[in-house]
Amino acid sequence: MRLERRTSIPKKLAIIAPILAIVVSLSVSGVLIILAGVNPFIAYFEILKGAFGSKLAITETLTRASPLILTGLAAAVAFRARLWNIGGEGQFYIGALVAAAVGNSLLTGFPIIIAMTLVMMCSMISGAILLAGPALLRLRFGIDEVVTTLLLNFIIILFVGLMIEGPLKDPFAFGWPQSVPVDRSLRFADLIPSSRLHKGFLIAVFAAFAIWIIVTRTVFGLQTRATGFTPQAAAFSGISLSKTIMGVALISGALAGLAGAIEVMGVTGYVTTTLSPGFGYAGIVVAMLAALHPGGVIISAVFIASIFIGADAMSRATGVPSFIADVIMSLSLLTMLIAIFFTNYRIRK
Amino acid sequence: MSIVLEIDKISKKFGSLIANEAVSLDLKKGEILALLGENGAGKTTLMNIIYGHYTSDSGQIKVLGKSLTGGKPREAIEAGIGMVHQHFSLAGNLTVLENVMIGSESLFKRKSNRQVAKNKLLQISKKFGLPVSPDALISSLSVGERQRVEILKALYRDAKILILDEPTAVLARPEAEKLFKTLREMTKEGLSLIFISHKLHEVMSAADRVTVLRSGRVVAERETSKTSKEELAELMVGHQVSRPVRKAQSTGKKVIEASNITITNKKQIQLDRISFSVSEGEILGIVGISGNGQAALGHLLSGIGEPTSGTLTFYEDRMNDFTPRDCINSGIGRIPEDRNSEGIIGELKIWENAIVERLHDTKFSKAGFIRKKSAQTFAENLIKKYDVRGATSETQARLLSGGNMQKLVLGRALSVSPKLIIANQPTRGLDEGAIAAVHEELLKARSEGVAILLISEELEEAVGLSDRLQAIVKGRLSEPIKAEEADATRLGLMMSGVWGEDNET
Amino acid sequence: MIEALEILTNASLWSAVLRIATPLIFGVLGALLCERVGVLNLAIEGIMTMGAMIGWLSVYLGADLWTGLAIAAVAGAVIGLLHAFLTVSLSLSQHVSGLGITLFASSLAYFIYRLVVNVGSLPPTIEPFQPLELPMLSDLPFFGEIFFSQMGPTYLALFAVVLMAYILRQTPLGLAIRMTGENPHAVDAQGLNPIMIRIFAIVVGSALMALGGSFLTTAAFNSFFPEMVQGRGWICIALVIFASWQPGKALFGAILFSFFDAYQLRLQHVVEDVPYQLFLMAPYVLSILALILVSRRAKVPEALMAPYRRGER
Repeated sequence: MRLERRTSIPKKLAIIAPILAIVVSLSVSGVLIILAGVNPFIAYFEILKGAFGSKLAITETLTRASPLILTGLAAAVAFRARLWNIGGEGQFYIGALVAAAVGNSLLTGFPIIIAMTLVMMCSMISGAILLAGPALLRLRFGIDEVVTTLLLNFIIILFVGLMIEGPLKDPFAFGWPQSVPVDRSLRFADLIPSSRLHKGFLIAVFAAFAIWIIVTRTVFGLQTRATGFTPQAAAFSGISLSKTIMGVALISGALAGLAGAIEVMGVTGYVTTTLSPGFGYAGIVVAMLAALHPGGVIISAVFIASIFIGADAMSRATGVPSFIADVIMSLSLLTMLIAIFFTNYRIRK
Repeated sequence: MSIVLEIDKISKKFGSLIANEAVSLDLKKGEILALLGENGAGKTTLMNIIYGHYTSDSGQIKVLGKSLTGGKPREAIEAGIGMVHQHFSLAGNLTVLENVMIGSESLFKRKSNRQVAKNKLLQISKKFGLPVSPDALISSLSVGERQRVEILKALYRDAKILILDEPTAVLARPEAEKLFKTLREMTKEGLSLIFISHKLHEVMSAADRVTVLRSGRVVAERETSKTSKEELAELMVGHQVSRPVRKAQSTGKKVIEASNITITNKKQIQLDRISFSVSEGEILGIVGISGNGQAALGHLLSGIGEPTSGTLTFYEDRMNDFTPRDCINSGIGRIPEDRNSEGIIGELKIWENAIVERLHDTKFSKAGFIRKKSAQTFAENLIKKYDVRGATSETQARLLSGGNMQKLVLGRALSVSPKLIIANQPTRGLDEGAIAAVHEELLKARSEGVAILLISEELEEAVGLSDRLQAIVKGRLSEPIKAEEADATRLGLMMSGVWGEDNET
Repeated sequence: MIEALEILTNASLWSAVLRIATPLIFGVLGALLCERVGVLNLAIEGIMTMGAMIGWLSVYLGADLWTGLAIAAVAGAVIGLLHAFLTVSLSLSQHVSGLGITLFASSLAYFIYRLVVNVGSLPPTIEPFQPLELPMLSDLPFFGEIFFSQMGPTYLALFAVVLMAYILRQTPLGLAIRMTGENPHAVDAQGLNPIMIRIFAIVVGSALMALGGSFLTTAAFNSFFPEMVQGRGWICIALVIFASWQPGKALFGAILFSFFDAYQLRLQHVVEDVPYQLFLMAPYVLSILALILVSRRAKVPEALMAPYRRGER
């Protein structure tokens, strides 16, 4: 068996392959649903209903998608340059923490828009700095950033726990420890009234658009892609590897930090150690499913969000463990990888 | 003489590329057969099929009358075929003994018998005059020593038929001659040999017979005693391809000058106090066997890395810490040694590759945004002017053939009206047609007053293009000689490090 | 301060070190074996999670402890086969494939667990391994408690280190494994099949990883709960580099690491006013420091991360 790179990708295959991937992943997950004693068609129907079946459902799905768009963008930007940022989770949390800390009391007296922008910028800076560390370790010492960003996630989540039990503890909250809240005035307004969908969603969409422009239209975008494809040739043509990687790291970290900020400013108002149900890791799947395309990230973020929101509802209705959402998500990643592979290669004897 | 290896109508296609078409040849016992052809003629593919790295689409291989099913190196090894690959199949972090004995014992065996293996290795090494130390790490060996290990690997598995792929590509003349002497001795021990080459002089002197391949087909078979270099050259290429001829001309100012440049990397001296200069309108050729410092020199002149000591000047400016960006801005056009990993970004489109060196040029970008139309037009002009075939500006660069890719790289370098061109192995892996095209462009640039520093392994190319020549051996540069004074003997000596009474390396 | 040092004289500390090290030893050996053939196996966190769950579940459903371990190892091997298919047969990105499988294996493990144990109920317990007191030797003062009163799987882990070191150095199989990680083309040229060797190593390595995970539920703790692996898999990946891809050094690294882990656990009780999170952070910080320390002299297997496509040169 030999693998041969295709010279051109037949259009039909390019469309069928991803669809086939999703179908396979839903089928295999369907088997698991059967194991739970439930008819998979009913289960998937409940998922659809839970995700899109009512105004509330749709707003919940889009609310869930907001941070996913940003963590998805973070992963997509980094992966394009072959910077394996698996630290989205930690960058999310540090952005959230900073948003709560800064947005709590530091900015009273500023006009609202300026204050909110400053809060978000602080979160972005904190996320950027967090990823800059592993990026530097890679550039200087050749240390694989996969491991360092992963380990940092654990460190940061412990750090957040430390802070919200200590200096940033909300003295007025009872029950589980939570951080001081973001000032009411700096919270995102509802996008759709009497729903949780907030204007932070627009920020996420705008960010996707901005990243798309950067990647496809700017010099920096071309440098990033060149560095990701053939780093030696990029260096030979005058592109600075370290400047490009650092630039990518700062943008990627900032995006993940921003995700934390808008979740705090838009949904909860404060930080807990369970603020993220794995947004950082899901962002990686979002990015891969979108083939690293910024516009595709919006679609795949909504897709992933719908699975989680839908599965929650489905789980309550049928008793199938809600972990099925994680299974569907990760399985979709694997099948998509295989599908993309077969659009690029054919099997020869 | 009996026939030990018989190849009958072997054909192989890779997609739409025909690598071998109905190739038949046979090898007699105790003879040395040369397989001659240009780059891309299908020689290596054929040998890989014999050894089992590839399966043929059709045809048969018979060893001593027995047919091989093919596709498995193990089968070939058991049939007595051994292969010495062009790019050595060795693991640098392991020892000579480990590299030789791997595959010789069953994987289910509980303990490896190193002592027995070592004895066998030393015995064979002595018998064939190929001295090695079994416990040395491959990474510590020289190129010539590594090739010895490659050969011993085959002999250790009791090979009776030995295939050598471009065995002298990495050897200096005296080492190459010693190798062929050793090979001839082997035939007296009953071995039969095929070696692949594109060097005519080698084929004529070392082989008994030669089979010429062209575009995947066998075009001729001759006994070397009954043919000539000229006949073989014409058979190899198919028609009289004349390479462009250099005409003498006067030179201008000094463009680049190196004075006692040394580069040390992790205690290894890559360049040792080298000095040279190139003036406007002249081509300086640096000739040498690969692995003698050309890579370090090429990188230095392309802005990658700095000299540990010495000075490099470009016109009046100090060039020591030039980055690739600085080189480009100063008007230095660079053709890298490996177009696939250094010259072209395969996944990007041709127009993106065309401007990748000049992204900050106002012609191609404004305020950080790319001017796509302008870039595409530029790329299309390059494609037309330099005859880059099989592509438009929107095509992915990796789809270009080697020759067309090189033409693109060359065109890109020339398009900035450079004052200096650094051409590092500019025709490696190209067929005669592409080689002639590249040479023509270089000579044209020279006639327009551009200074060119050519680094080449191909003597014929270096002598044909250069006004002056220097040999690079183990990181040192010989004194320059004029092209008129360069004859085969003198050059051969220079490339082996014999430079005169007090300059022996 | 004195109490902090006094902990070091306690045999129970050192005994705990070996116990805490056991899952790490299995994990590092497994990751090391995969990387020696040239494949980075980032599925380790997911494999350890699945190993933990399946080991526990088997025992919960009536199997004896050693059978439970064996079933966990088989589960790990199956996941390893998937990783091998993606990275060796299809030559997909080893990073993405490994991470994807980690997510998949973990979520599948949690899903199956939830099928058995409802949300909200306390995690059901099983009877875990008891220390195997070696006759006479375990009565030795100090050392008896440390070396000769460990649980069965711990002895197995130590044996695995010796076995792997022997195989890699002294057998033809070990040579084939090492060379596949350095130059698979060379292996192919000598008549062996580097693809099969890679698949074999990944499957066996993944089985080892799963054993490490199952130790957590059958010996260290006695139940399964989500997030129990807590990044140990990633720590093992860091430890492989720290160990320069050698089994002996891997053992040393795992023990060194577990020492800090065991020590900080006891230190917490002695030192007040320091937030416990700082102690918990220590393992991860140490791993990063270890990576920085070793980065200079690392002699990486040359073909690590390089996909091998037959016929492509």
